[in-house]
Amino acid sequence: MSELSSGNRANRGAFSGRTAFILAAIGSAVGLGNIWRFPYVAYSNGGGAFILPYIVALLTAGIPLLFLDYAIGHRYRASAPLSFRRLHRLTEPIGWWQVLICVIIGIYYAVILGWAAQYFIFSFTRAWGDDPGTFFIGEYTQSLGAADAHLGFDFVPGVLIPLIIVWVAVVAVLALGVQKGIAGTSVIFMPILVVMFVALVVIGLTLPGAAQGLDALFTPDWSALTNSSVWVAAYGQIFFSLSVAFGIMLTYSSYLKKDTDLTGSGLVVGFANSSFEILAGIGVFAALGFMAQTAGQPVQEVAGAGIGLAFIAFPTIINQAGALGTVIGVLFFGSLVFAAFTSMISIVEVIIAAVQDKFGLARVPAVLVVGIPMALVSLFLFPTTTGLNLLDVMDAFVNNFGIVAAALVAAVTLTAGFAALPTLRNHLNRSSSFKVGRVWQLLVGGVSPVVLGYILIGELQKVLTEGYGGMPQGFVNTFGWGMAGLLVVGAIVLSVLPWPAKSNAAKVDSDGDLIPSPILDRLVDAGRVEEARANPIIDNESLPPEPPARRAQIPTSEEAAR
Amino acid sequence: MSTSAIIMMVLAIAIVWGGLAFAIVFLLKHPEGSVQLLDDHGRPLNPPS
Repeated sequence: MSELSSGNRANRGAFSGRTAFILAAIGSAVGLGNIWRFPYVAYSNGGGAFILPYIVALLTAGIPLLFLDYAIGHRYRASAPLSFRRLHRLTEPIGWWQVLICVIIGIYYAVILGWAAQYFIFSFTRAWGDDPGTFFIGEYTQSLGAADAHLGFDFVPGVLIPLIIVWVAVVAVLALGVQKGIAGTSVIFMPILVVMFVALVVIGLTLPGAAQGLDALFTPDWSALTNSSVWVAAYGQIFFSLSVAFGIMLTYSSYLKKDTDLTGSGLVVGFANSSFEILAGIGVFAALGFMAQTAGQPVQEVAGAGIGLAFIAFPTIINQAGALGTVIGVLFFGSLVFAAFTSMISIVEVIIAAVQDKFGLARVPAVLVVGIPMALVSLFLFPTTTGLNLLDVMDAFVNNFGIVAAALVAAVTLTAGFAALPTLRNHLNRSSSFKVGRVWQLLVGGVSPVVLGYILIGELQKVLTEGYGGMPQGFVNTFGWGMAGLLVVGAIVLSVLPWPAKSNAAKVDSDGDLIPSPILDRLVDAGRVEEARANPIIDNESLPPEPPARRAQIPTSEEAAR
Repeated sequence: MSTSAIIMMVLAIAIVWGGLAFAIVFLLKHPEGSVQLLDDHGRPLNPPS
């Protein structure tokens, strides 16, 4: 398509090859959830028996949804909003919804990354003293209780300074570009992460009590398999852990060459993410077994997840382990930092890619336009005495009523409203070694919406009846419900704004190729078919065929007379 | 550790890490550029001569 000058090509950056992409995608998928969420979810949902629903969820929802993201981004060669717009003008809000979800996650995820970096240093000094719980809440974050949650601006320097450093690092890496920055970081960080975590597991297994910890994690409770909440937990874990359906995998796959093996790469990413979860489960529960034995308590007394596990339980373990504790601390918090950093850059990249497409910006200006305001909001809201509560409520609501809801809407609209799955299936098979068939369509369009709907309704019921985390209703209404609702409104508003003439929407792909035509129904989208045919950047080959001439359909008067 | 816990741990490792090993081997068997490209209708693009 050489008639289109290079000035009319999108300038977006690319991965050098599939290895770089796979490592970047694993870097994104392997995050805090693998380390601090999976072990406890597995433990409290059937232990060893959890592996069955977990594998079923991986194969029937996780990997199929991962393929869906890959197909959209790779086919339409753009960020989430522009890819969805190119798929069909009316699906553009889904893309903006995903971008706004990433804005929210990005501003608080950086905070946890800052804590982890600070605790990495605390591992040497044991700054948390004898009571890490009181230290984290009272001294380090100086957090107010849930009942006192409000928006306040009493800044805590110990949290503020690491957060500034995190944002500078994130912006710097992203400014380096897709290959040098994003892939480059993962190519270095992922092997280091694996080596560090394996070392942590090896040390953990030598600690007294490790066997009891693993016993608690892996002893199967087969009766759990008859409990639907266990299956929902498995699907939820797979879904949140793989970073599917909020734009990341879509954005990354848009940076791939057109002949890249999408499904073959996706299988590696999906299984690598779960492999790291199993490793994390062993490491975390070996350490918790040690903690329980040292304290003379059963494992269920010390088992936990999330912030409590990382910033209270692990410091306790480090205290108990004597000189070895420093090594455990360095390995654990180092792993958290590496895992979270590669996830963080993938989250912010979703927004950068969208801004770049919308305004046709070069890399560095786009990174600054996104990174600086996000950093300022993050620095303004979270390193305060009220930051922990704000983070808690935003995390819960953006996950359950943002990511899950957006994924549900995407799966349903792409299946039922726009019948996009057959085209996307053919696109996956176009260059892939592992071919997908109708089963994939059934899993994306049938199984996923049912499971996502079930998760969404369950969470909705729970929060509506119980409130959230003992926080004041006004606070939850503003930063929980209000925030989640604003994402939807914002997505619709952003979709209505016109795309500037110099945006990437008006440009062909970076290699000069035309953009695949939208998925249009000849009759329903009659006007859009004409519009697409007239658009110089669209490859018309896959548009619906011209209607057959009327004459051929209607019998002539002579034929009718016979 | 109880026998059932050991069995489940080995099984979990075997299934998930085995799946990863299988996925990597499968990918390596199809090096970049070796897959026959298809068009949107599943027909081979530039069929081999």
